[in-house]
Amino acid sequence: MSDAHDTHAPARPDLAAVEVIDESGGDLSRSEVILKGALAAGAAYGTLAVSPYVRRALAMGSGSNGGDVGILNFALTLEYLESTFYKEAKTRAKAKGDLKKLIGMLADDEEQHVEALQATIKQLGGKPVAEPKFDFPYNDTAGFLKLAQTFEDTGVSAYNGAAPMIASKEVLGAAGSIVQVEARHAAAIRLQNGEEPAPAAFDPSLDEAQVLKAVEPFLA
Amino acid sequence: MVPEATKTKVSRRALLGVGGGSAAAAAFLAACGGGGSSTMTGSTTSPAEGGAGKSETEQFGKGDLGILNYALTLEYLETAFYADVVKSGLFKGANLAVIKKFGEEEAEHVAALTAAVKQMGGKPAPEPKTEFPLESAKAVTELAGTVENLGAAAYLGQAANIESPEVLASALAIHSVEGRHAAVLNTVLGTSITPDGAFAKPADAKTVLKSVEPFIVG
Repeated sequence: MSDAHDTHAPARPDLAAVEVIDESGGDLSRSEVILKGALAAGAAYGTLAVSPYVRRALAMGSGSNGGDVGILNFALTLEYLESTFYKEAKTRAKAKGDLKKLIGMLADDEEQHVEALQATIKQLGGKPVAEPKFDFPYNDTAGFLKLAQTFEDTGVSAYNGAAPMIASKEVLGAAGSIVQVEARHAAAIRLQNGEEPAPAAFDPSLDEAQVLKAVEPFLA
Repeated sequence: MVPEATKTKVSRRALLGVGGGSAAAAAFLAACGGGGSSTMTGSTTSPAEGGAGKSETEQFGKGDLGILNYALTLEYLETAFYADVVKSGLFKGANLAVIKKFGEEEAEHVAALTAAVKQMGGKPAPEPKTEFPLESAKAVTELAGTVENLGAAAYLGQAANIESPEVLASALAIHSVEGRHAAVLNTVLGTSITPDGAFAKPADAKTVLKSVEPFIVG
């Protein structure tokens, strides 16, 4: 395993306890070049800031399963949010036709993500976090779509930011299979909004603190 | 595309309880192994076990360099494909704009991967000579869909093989963009944006290279 997988960091039991990882070190110059395009891409996503991959990657989490459980619980909270959001939207979004079908599919995918993450956390000997209460402020289809785009883009960036901290290759592969689905959702929602479905060549990534900031307004 | 089930680490399987555990966890973890078998992952080549030397991407270089050059080869293909499609005159207006945009993004991937290989002290893979069938807009759109879905699966298939967290972060930043492209093309084609369901399936290098072989002419 790489050095980064060997460093110790405490598990992150839930969103409220996320750490702001602010260490740096290692070969910054190399990574800066590798990620130049990615870092430049942030503007395309508006409010979604691009976080410093490199510091985060090199200050990664624990090599123990505790670390992975923390990351999985963090992901679970996001999936709770998305799952609840789309479940509600089946009636609240006032959608018709293709969009109504899309919402049904998204709700189903996110629910499967929730179930899979809960089961995997248990398999790893952890305890899945409880589902928080959410409050989604929208009154019409346009309002729904705007929030959906924020959530899907944030989901992609959250997984992309957290994945390099995952110790288990199996968990990493599985997180990868989820993030690709989130990216596909994001593109579909962006098409619905008449926006560029893949606005940049490199999807930005977010660290936990940034994700928390993005979803905090929707925690009731 | 059906990824081959390859090596699985028994110890991890036992640890995670796949096989005896809940269906959801098995499905989740099997998502990266492709299909409903009890094989958890097709991409568990562990550097710690010296497995990187046996990886399917070794023909492109060792370890991460091989993976980066493999990805670079695929990005060259995608870039050449979109450039040829633009030149073909088969598309106009909004559709042409999408094709140009995707082509530009693939070209950015080429540039980033080339730079990454050089930074790591490696030699970037050469640009392959390619030829694509460009008979009709419909056929080209279908081929684009195939290429993008394959590209996304190819990155997913390598994620767990990557040793360097920085390289992994870069690959992930590209991977999700390929997923976005694939979803757009699937939408245009009227197929599911998530053809594998809630968990995308990976493709291993052997499968991917075999799929693109018909388009490489030198």
